Amino acid sequence: MVADRVYTETAQRARAALAGVQPAPGVAKPDPILLADKVKKNFGGVTAVDVDHIEVQRGSITALIGPNGAGKTTLFNLLTGFDTPDTGEWRFDGRSLAKVVAHKTASMGMVRTFQLTKSLTKMSVIENMKLGATHQVGERWWNGLFPFRWKAQEKLIEQRADQLLQRFKLDHMRNEYAGTLSGGQRKLLEMSRALMTNPRLVMLDEPMAGVNPALKQSLNEHIRGLRDDGMTVLFVEHDMDMVHDVSDWVIVMAEGRIIAEGTPEAIAANPAVIEAYLGAHQGKSLLGEETPS
Amino acid sequence: MDWLKILENTVSSLVGIDAAYFALAALGLNIQFGYTGLLNFGQAAFMACGAYGIGMTAQYFDVSMWYGIPIALAFVVILSLLVGIPTLRLRADYLAIVTIATAEIVRLFVRSVRFKRFFGGSDGINSFSTQFRDLSPFDPSKQYGFRPFQYSGYTFWTLIVAWCLVGIFGVVVFYLMRSPWGRVLKAIREDEDAVRSLGKNVYSYKMQALVMGGVIGMFSGMVFALDRGSVQPDNYSRDVTFYVLTALVLGGVAKVSGSIVGPMIFWGLYVFSDNTLRELTRDGGISVFGVGLLQKSQVGPVNYMLIGIGLMLLMTFRPQGIFGNRKEMALDGR
Repeated sequence: MVADRVYTETAQRARAALAGVQPAPGVAKPDPILLADKVKKNFGGVTAVDVDHIEVQRGSITALIGPNGAGKTTLFNLLTGFDTPDTGEWRFDGRSLAKVVAHKTASMGMVRTFQLTKSLTKMSVIENMKLGATHQVGERWWNGLFPFRWKAQEKLIEQRADQLLQRFKLDHMRNEYAGTLSGGQRKLLEMSRALMTNPRLVMLDEPMAGVNPALKQSLNEHIRGLRDDGMTVLFVEHDMDMVHDVSDWVIVMAEGRIIAEGTPEAIAANPAVIEAYLGAHQGKSLLGEETPS
Repeated sequence: MDWLKILENTVSSLVGIDAAYFALAALGLNIQFGYTGLLNFGQAAFMACGAYGIGMTAQYFDVSMWYGIPIALAFVVILSLLVGIPTLRLRADYLAIVTIATAEIVRLFVRSVRFKRFFGGSDGINSFSTQFRDLSPFDPSKQYGFRPFQYSGYTFWTLIVAWCLVGIFGVVVFYLMRSPWGRVLKAIREDEDAVRSLGKNVYSYKMQALVMGGVIGMFSGMVFALDRGSVQPDNYSRDVTFYVLTALVLGGVAKVSGSIVGPMIFWGLYVFSDNTLRELTRDGGISVFGVGLLQKSQVGPVNYMLIGIGLMLLMTFRPQGIFGNRKEMALDGR
């Protein structure tokens, strides 16, 4: 698996930057785009997230993994303002994000997707895309009434949307309702719609969930493509093959905390991670016999 | 049975004043409910804002009736903020509950004895439309139009003003909804978290939709008040909101044509069934084998029952309404 992996120039650069980083939970990175401190969130008596320190390296693809209920999505929600933490402080690109509401983070260059895709089903694919563009003149109602004030901008937005649709191979569905797309296509639409905001950090919540194997390969390519275009990617995923294939760095969460960090190769061999996923008795058959592998 | 008379009444009610002020109210409600997905069950309160705005201006301030429009606008904005600030952050159902309560509060407030000095209590405000009447270029003692569209000068004038307003706001809503602004509203209806993640201030857009729909509803209330020449608090109770909503769904939500034609058909049906029942019971009640089926005095309630059955059938067999999009409806199940 590892041998098959082809490292592009940006991948090599990202790897090189992370080469000297100690594989320890909450370790400092040379050039973090996102960093958070003491982020804590309780739901009733349950501590969903209790992260002391986390940094995401600029220009890299970082995977956030962990068993179900580890708090990955909650951390996503906290970082993007969709949920408010009990305590904590975090910065994006040098700017504090505490008390910044969800819609502001997107205009700052940090965009997210959702675990359950949120395609706007009763709107066409191209309308979905055009919605993503930020700073639209025609989104103020007093301009909306006068098409000559926003038509020019709309044209540019539409061109950009069409380019992205082509790149994500959705151009043949351009004028269909988004509700008619397949699950995988919806993931692609959501990702390309997020790119319409011109983000610097793209946060993908389980991009592979519900995507068929054939589409997975191309989705991998697309995610690598984001890094090639200079974006930073942070994604939550359960699909280990994918994590292995595309990520430069892996952060492992369990029970709300970060338990391990490191390169994908190091993480795969980390006993703490294996224990978190499978329990202490991993590798042993329940019947006490050797498991065929 | 005088079928000709029934038919004439029905046809003329299609473009009657009731249809016109319903169309205005439905256009406003359509922005909120149809496009943005805000379940506003208090449209009657916004209509009351318009009616009381214009009524109070003429009654108390002794200024031109045109001042009624800014005063009513102020009422609408205050009401929208009062309702919207606490509830627009919540899920749609909560807005429905709050708006229905707000509309009732507004009605009970203006009809209260304590504020009789300002709002006229349960008698409302009367005889304030002289200025509007004076603007009319038509002779009030003459009949205008041709059968079945025959109206007295004043009604004819009100009708023209009302349908002009419907036309203007129809065009405004049509263009707004084709703009990027309208796109954001429709996206909010679909999934507001997605819109938020793309950097739009969902809360502010919802507020804009609430106010804009309220303003159109306000003009509806004005037209209604000017036509009747009086403002009665009980004309702005829950049932008005629900009839408007019904008319809107009948026409098809999220369509400008639907919110104009829906009310026309609603009133057409209403008048047709009402007139038919009245004609049937003109010479006493109907009875089958000596069992009384329908008395003259029961026509009103029975008429509403029939309309209710008709609407149930409509929702079963054509849930998207007359102008709605079947394809869009089908996407809902996913």
